[in-house]
Amino acid sequence: MELISQHAKKIMEGCKERARDVGLRFQDDSLEYIVTNRDILELSPKTMIPTLYDYWVQDVEVLRESGRYELFPSNPYETVINTRPPISFYNDNNPDWLNVMIFYHVIGHIDFFQNNLFYQHTWDYDFTSKALSDKRLISQLRSEKGRWVDYIIEFAKSIDNLVGYFSMMSDQRKLSVTQTVTLVDYYFDIFLQVEAKVSVPDYFKEIERYNLLQREHPGSAEQLFLEEVRSRYTEFDSYWQKYQEHGKTADRYDLLEFIMKHSSFLNQEENRWMKMVIEVVRNTSLYFQPQIRTKILNEGWASYWHEILFLNDDRICGHEIDFARVHAKVTSMRRIGLNPYALGMHLFCFLEKMADKGRISSEYRRQQDKRKRDTFDSGAGTGRDFIFNIRKTYCDSMFVSEHITQDFVDEHKLFVAGRTLNEQRMTWQYYVKSRKAEDYRNMVLDFLYHPPCIDFETTPENHLHLQHLFEEKPLVRDYIAGTMLGIEYLWGGPVILDTFEPVKKEIAKEADDTVKTETPRQEIGWQKIRYKMRDRQLSREEQ
Amino acid sequence: MIDDSRKKYRARKTSGPESSPPPPKSIRSLYDYHDAEAWSLTPVLNLAALAPTRSLDDLMARDKQREEDGFPRKIRLGKVVKPGGKDDERVVVVPTTVEEKFLHDAVTVAEDGNGGEGGEDPLYGGQGEGEDGEIIGEQPIRNDREGGSGAGHGEGTIHEIESNAYELGRVLTEEFKLPNLQDKGKKRSLTKYSYDLTDRHKGFGQVIDKKATLRQIIKTNIALGRVRQRARIRTDSLLISPNDRIYRVLSKEKDYESQAVVFFLRDYSGSMGGRPTETVVSQHIMIYSWLTYQYENQVETRFILHDTEAKEVDNFNIYYNSKVAGGTQVASAYRLVNRLVEKENLVRDYNIYVFHGTDGDDWDTKGEEALPELRKMLTYVARIGITIAENNFGIPGRSDLERYIRKSGLLDEKPSLIRLDVLGKETDESRLIEGIRALIS
Repeated sequence: MELISQHAKKIMEGCKERARDVGLRFQDDSLEYIVTNRDILELSPKTMIPTLYDYWVQDVEVLRESGRYELFPSNPYETVINTRPPISFYNDNNPDWLNVMIFYHVIGHIDFFQNNLFYQHTWDYDFTSKALSDKRLISQLRSEKGRWVDYIIEFAKSIDNLVGYFSMMSDQRKLSVTQTVTLVDYYFDIFLQVEAKVSVPDYFKEIERYNLLQREHPGSAEQLFLEEVRSRYTEFDSYWQKYQEHGKTADRYDLLEFIMKHSSFLNQEENRWMKMVIEVVRNTSLYFQPQIRTKILNEGWASYWHEILFLNDDRICGHEIDFARVHAKVTSMRRIGLNPYALGMHLFCFLEKMADKGRISSEYRRQQDKRKRDTFDSGAGTGRDFIFNIRKTYCDSMFVSEHITQDFVDEHKLFVAGRTLNEQRMTWQYYVKSRKAEDYRNMVLDFLYHPPCIDFETTPENHLHLQHLFEEKPLVRDYIAGTMLGIEYLWGGPVILDTFEPVKKEIAKEADDTVKTETPRQEIGWQKIRYKMRDRQLSREEQ
Repeated sequence: MIDDSRKKYRARKTSGPESSPPPPKSIRSLYDYHDAEAWSLTPVLNLAALAPTRSLDDLMARDKQREEDGFPRKIRLGKVVKPGGKDDERVVVVPTTVEEKFLHDAVTVAEDGNGGEGGEDPLYGGQGEGEDGEIIGEQPIRNDREGGSGAGHGEGTIHEIESNAYELGRVLTEEFKLPNLQDKGKKRSLTKYSYDLTDRHKGFGQVIDKKATLRQIIKTNIALGRVRQRARIRTDSLLISPNDRIYRVLSKEKDYESQAVVFFLRDYSGSMGGRPTETVVSQHIMIYSWLTYQYENQVETRFILHDTEAKEVDNFNIYYNSKVAGGTQVASAYRLVNRLVEKENLVRDYNIYVFHGTDGDDWDTKGEEALPELRKMLTYVARIGITIAENNFGIPGRSDLERYIRKSGLLDEKPSLIRLDVLGKETDESRLIEGIRALIS
């Protein structure tokens, strides 16, 4: 790995100026490295962070890649990483014009990293240096504890997709520290509304009564008020107690943290070092969360800008055709398949155009007349502002569910494709299934990264009880044993997992068989399953 | 352009912590796209030497350790095959592992004993013209179905011998060695080096060579005129140039390795249909993988198929996939081996191994032709391993081949050179490995 030449760097500084002129915002300095394929093979298992801690799975990947590389040379890597300063990587045999084009793409990414709110928690520090200290910590521990460090990494990584990224974003913890819930708060805010479910007039009556007491007996109002409450709801105190207990487990982010706090095994003196390792794994995972949740936006944004900026760069005239070829390759929509570059870029272009014409408004939405819709133009001219706002405040799922409209689907001739088996030809045949925006949207949403939601608590016997939230999706069954084995180790006791698995529903044969479908429609029912890991043995029972 | 193989491979790699279950291989999903690949103009040139951070052996040792620590093994060995023309097919053994997590799966209903098909059909994104319901493309299903091997379909599918791989890893790590290996040939090892602190280097290095350094210092000072003959040497006034320091540095020493040629013989006659073929083939694939893994470039493999006549085939894929009905003449295969060895004078440079898989049927029921050939073979081989996978028609333990070989007494006469293993109808993975052990231990 070596720094890019001064010549290229100078060109890139020019790129930065041009990018700033159109409104992109990012820090001044950046680092660009020329990398060889061998660097990449070693870096890609570390998601291109050169200082990430070592772990044997990376070695497996390096070996696998290099084995494969001998047969099928190729080079997969991310071009830019979200660090301070941002680091981007360039292949050692790229011509200048291509590096400029890539650099514009990189600037798009950097701007996105540094302005999109989902990356907020990565703004205040440089991940490479943090990763470096983590790496040193881990190799230090490895020299003392040997392979057990790797087991801890492995087990922590097996649940690192369940990190509470969104609860971290919403910063629940800060709230719960500053606001303590008093008994009266609980009565009004929770008990009356959730437990007693009183009607609105009654609720106001209670407030009235409370205020009256406050006025008449300023010193002892609360006490008097609560006495009355207790006589009316005898169960009030026990509800309060339950709420408080629940509160203790509510101030947590995720499973990893819960285990660190409450595992009897990890909290033994000689095992405390494990918590440091787990913390490293957890932080690393949190760091990467926004990237996978903004794939379409991020790539779309970068592609949108590399096109505009490159074509307006007077220094590189004469490479338009080369540009067009690479650009088309990157941003073409596949006949079948989802290309995040294309989808994101077209959405940004589309939205800019719509907002310019004032079409993102209720006025346009209410307009039913096709002709009027087609010519609708309020002359708002706010397109740029609109997409900059999206870049700042959206993640993929919001972007997709809000902005894939029928207009967009029609304009780009998008459709949802289905697949059928042709037994005669022994082929899968793909067909146009739907051109409705709603179907397309749901299909894309279905493809988005979405780890299972798993709730957790301890049982009275101090078993760890995991509950998989039912979303009509089963867990990958082959992985359950391995994952739970790790959790059991970290927890230091039995672990229970409740989940749901699909089962075939017996359909009662209908009386009229007049309409025969080619394949009998399968009804799917859901069976609740309880897995239990105890002493490294997994048991499974239907419930 | 991006070729198929890369697409397939990338379907397994994602940028984030993990991906949703991969869609069929040739259709790329959202997270299969990466900047670099999108940006690369040309496929990158092949790199000759890539030194991994840790060797496969280390990883396998670690995996073995896992078992002792009470955790299941995690590394599987797979093969990547690049089908090519006649001679340039290459196989590389690569380790793989999965990081198990709670992940969402597609909704499929597992039917008993039959992996989950059915359930909801997946949906894909698409773009372009076409009416509702119009078929816009098709793709052969063979590609995603066949896990094992197939002669040259697709462009370099990842051939993981899924079910075998785990057990295969076990075999490999138990470090079988080819028996009776003698030093022959002069081919340098391409893979093994020993490191030694033998090279000297001026200025910097790993270990300072005190004697050589002192000598060099004296030399320098003589040249400078600070040390004179017969005059007393004042050590505190000697000048030391940075270049005077001589270090020892690690150097790669090439090892020599013995050469071996392994003949795989397979009976592909009519009676072999079904289970016997399967058994023999899976055992040979294991031996083959093990050899490619452990002896990499040091072992040459030859493949011979026989019914009543024997023929040599080019590569393992053909060997593996050929099916023909016909009678059986075991002698024909043995004769071919003898002829090849003689013609190419393999004895001089190679240790020779022969693995033969058959159901034991032989038209030459007394072995009148086969036994002499076998005897001849025994004069030069390092080991013959015969596997008899019993078919459904014969009487267990009474196949022609087994009977005449046992009767001939060769097994007792030369126990270090010939082994026979008989596999019953119900043979599982572990039995196959037992078999390999019996053949080569």
